[in-house]
Amino acid sequence: MSSVSVTYDNPPTAGRPIVEILHEWVTTVDHKRIGILYILYALVFLIFGGAEATIMRLQLIRPHNDLVSPEVFDRMFTMHGTTMIFFFAMPILFGFVNYLVPLMIGARDMAFPRLNAFSFWISAFGGLLLYFSFFGGNGLYGAGNAPDVGWFAYAPLTSQTFSLGHSTDFWTISVLLSGVGSVGTAINIITTVLTMRCRGMTLGKMPLLAWLSLTMGGLVILCVSPLTAAQLMLLIDRYLGGHFFDTQAGGSAVIWMHFFWIFGHPEVYVLAIPAFAFASEIIPVFSRKAIFGYPVMVAATLAIGFISMSVWAHHMFTVGMTAAGNTFFVISTMAIAVPTGIKIFNWLATMWGGKIQFRTPMLFCTGFLFQFLIAGLTGVMLAAAPFDWQLSNSYFVVAHFHYVIVGGILFTIFGAFYYWFPKMSGRMYNEWLGKLHFWVFVIGFHLTFDFMHIPGILGMPRRIYTYEPGRGWDVWNLIVTIGVFFQAVGMLIFLGNLLWSWWHGADAGSDPWDAWTLEWSTASPPPAYNFAVLPEVRSRRPLWDLKHPEDPDWHYE
Amino acid sequence: MRAILETTPFLLTGELLWARVPFSPTNIFAPASTPAETIHGLSLLVLIITGAIFLTVFSLLVFAVVKFREKNSSNTDEPAQVYGSVQIELAWTVIPVLIVVVLFLATVRVIAKVQNATPPPGALKVTVIGHQFWWEYRYDKSNVVTANELHIPLSDPANPTPTFLTLLSADTDHSFWVPRLAGKTDLIPNHPNSTWIDPHEPGLYLGQCSQYCGVQHAKMLLRVYVQPRAEFDRWLAQQSLPAVASDNVAEGRRVFESTVCVNCHTIRGTMADGKFGPDLTHLMSRDTIAAGSVRNTPQNLRLWVQNPQTFKPGCLMPAMGLSGAQLDAITAYLESLR
Repeated sequence: MSSVSVTYDNPPTAGRPIVEILHEWVTTVDHKRIGILYILYALVFLIFGGAEATIMRLQLIRPHNDLVSPEVFDRMFTMHGTTMIFFFAMPILFGFVNYLVPLMIGARDMAFPRLNAFSFWISAFGGLLLYFSFFGGNGLYGAGNAPDVGWFAYAPLTSQTFSLGHSTDFWTISVLLSGVGSVGTAINIITTVLTMRCRGMTLGKMPLLAWLSLTMGGLVILCVSPLTAAQLMLLIDRYLGGHFFDTQAGGSAVIWMHFFWIFGHPEVYVLAIPAFAFASEIIPVFSRKAIFGYPVMVAATLAIGFISMSVWAHHMFTVGMTAAGNTFFVISTMAIAVPTGIKIFNWLATMWGGKIQFRTPMLFCTGFLFQFLIAGLTGVMLAAAPFDWQLSNSYFVVAHFHYVIVGGILFTIFGAFYYWFPKMSGRMYNEWLGKLHFWVFVIGFHLTFDFMHIPGILGMPRRIYTYEPGRGWDVWNLIVTIGVFFQAVGMLIFLGNLLWSWWHGADAGSDPWDAWTLEWSTASPPPAYNFAVLPEVRSRRPLWDLKHPEDPDWHYE
Repeated sequence: MRAILETTPFLLTGELLWARVPFSPTNIFAPASTPAETIHGLSLLVLIITGAIFLTVFSLLVFAVVKFREKNSSNTDEPAQVYGSVQIELAWTVIPVLIVVVLFLATVRVIAKVQNATPPPGALKVTVIGHQFWWEYRYDKSNVVTANELHIPLSDPANPTPTFLTLLSADTDHSFWVPRLAGKTDLIPNHPNSTWIDPHEPGLYLGQCSQYCGVQHAKMLLRVYVQPRAEFDRWLAQQSLPAVASDNVAEGRRVFESTVCVNCHTIRGTMADGKFGPDLTHLMSRDTIAAGSVRNTPQNLRLWVQNPQTFKPGCLMPAMGLSGAQLDAITAYLESLR
């Protein structure tokens, strides 16, 4: 190990004026700082989005509740969905990818550092703009309000006829700005992975996280661009007399659905693929084994990316497509279960025969495996179009995609937080608090999202601000709401642990997990230039080779 | 007042049927019509297959977590490094592919059966028009127009008389979903859709709009009354008559016809022929008002006319600012529309 223990000098931060430190962060083009900015910014929006979800769940705790008005409820679900997808999930994943990819491929920065900063700040302003709608959404008409058209903003509800004032414009423009930032970052990630790898790191020797980031970048370019185009068309409809989606003038509501979902479905994989990436890094290290079937994992990732571009209209089984159209989207959607299943089996095989250490990151990844299995199987149910005719737009669907996004994606994000926090901060988090966070959150998650499937099966549609008694939905909604409190407590433990450990955690050292990828060969936190001497690798696990010179990986690859 | 109006679920004769439906009157696993039954059959197959996959993978995961957890942290030897296996990868690729093929074929059969059905000669045709936030029904080959409560004939499986619905929208997107009768189909402006139902048991079937359509999406409820053929025919004949004029309620009629009520509501046989709101010709033959969300009683009717926003804040009917005497008169007039 001594061969990789290099001492680095970080500029001291203590004792300098706060303005100077802030100025450094605002003007930074360092991929690590931009990554941390992305992550912090996303955490703020996670709190906003969580508060909106809590308001909705309190309103639905019993039938005919009148905690909030229907108008407020509609704004809450619109803001919750938009916030969580565009201003929490995407930025936080971009943040980790930004931070990790250059370190893991042995580079000093992203390919385009200034584009990186631009992309972050444009996305950040998009989020601020969305929330400014609370004050300015009604323009000159009076007090402000937030958009209330739902996060997929189906036409013609977004037309001037049905959406007065400017609340929909705040939604449109903030999503458009976020889209510009996302495409910028995607271009940056693709270029970095393709051109910035250190000596010896062929494509086949990249860590899986780099492969998955590359796939995610490609998907972002393909799927976000149509959404951005659709936002421009909507603006033209609203202000320049266009009729793309204006059904009162012969426009098409269905075309908007196609535009939205050709973004919306690949978007699920834009979020899921980085989550897979975290699991693919964390599970091997804590199982003490190399990833099982690396080439198959890469192939399955590319297959998911490819197939995910052809499944979007499974969100539209109820809009009256022809039987042939429905059939096509059934087979493409079911097909995507195969590479996804392969991934789960490979993670399982990686754990098989290992020595699994259940530290907090591994706990979260194990939770992810169980929950993602269920999410995938309810996805297969929804892929059977006739079953979807019953389940679509019901609480079953809401439960299904929260199983994907919370049970799958958010759990690996928590895993990634605990796994790379020592690298980012140089300090260890509190293991006991980390495990407490896991268990409290698991209880909350299952109370909320397991029981949420049932009212959907019993006929409860989504996006209703209240419901009738006597439909058998009451008790399930009560349980679902109770789960929210556990999740909120889990979040507080998580944030408390991070804050406390940032200043008071024990020194983590450069490689606390005895891990194998290049980010663990440099100091924690890494210096601005990442590596004093650019590394050279011979296998997928360069640090394994260093630690086991008698039995290096490159003998087998 | 809210408490009186909204807390207790109102039980009407037909709704005693609820007791016979397990868990919920809108349970998708209690089908009573061919499309819903066909979907139910498919969903059971899908549940069995996904359940078997779940049990298998879940058990393997639990086994791995228990069996391969680190027992002795002081022993720092690394386990044997295994990099992959072509045979195993092939196995867990081919088996899922086969499962997908089975599921796909089963699904396609049901899609074809439900979507390619054509109306037999005895079929009833009704046009359903979604409005913010209520349902309009127009019966084919008849002048009957009604709202929110759909009456259809019972269909005998041996000699089916299904009802085919043409689905249109007057404004935003809606979705027609009565879980025990069929899956949902959206009502989209400029995009006519259709669906069909053939209930095998008489009674009341509930549902509601399931595509977000605006502020009062939650209170756009569906009530489908399935009646034996003779009873349905009597209902249809009664509905096709014009409103009966009665001198007792002349004052209420005068108020109704001299306010903006007539801009939106039709009462056949009078000068009221507005099209934006529900047809009121036989208002009192309906069990509910406000798209199924309020029981149709004289007291509720009066409160609704006084200020609809009390029941459905954000609905498109405004309060008219009528005096107490005018409200009494108009309520009396509406109560005469049987």
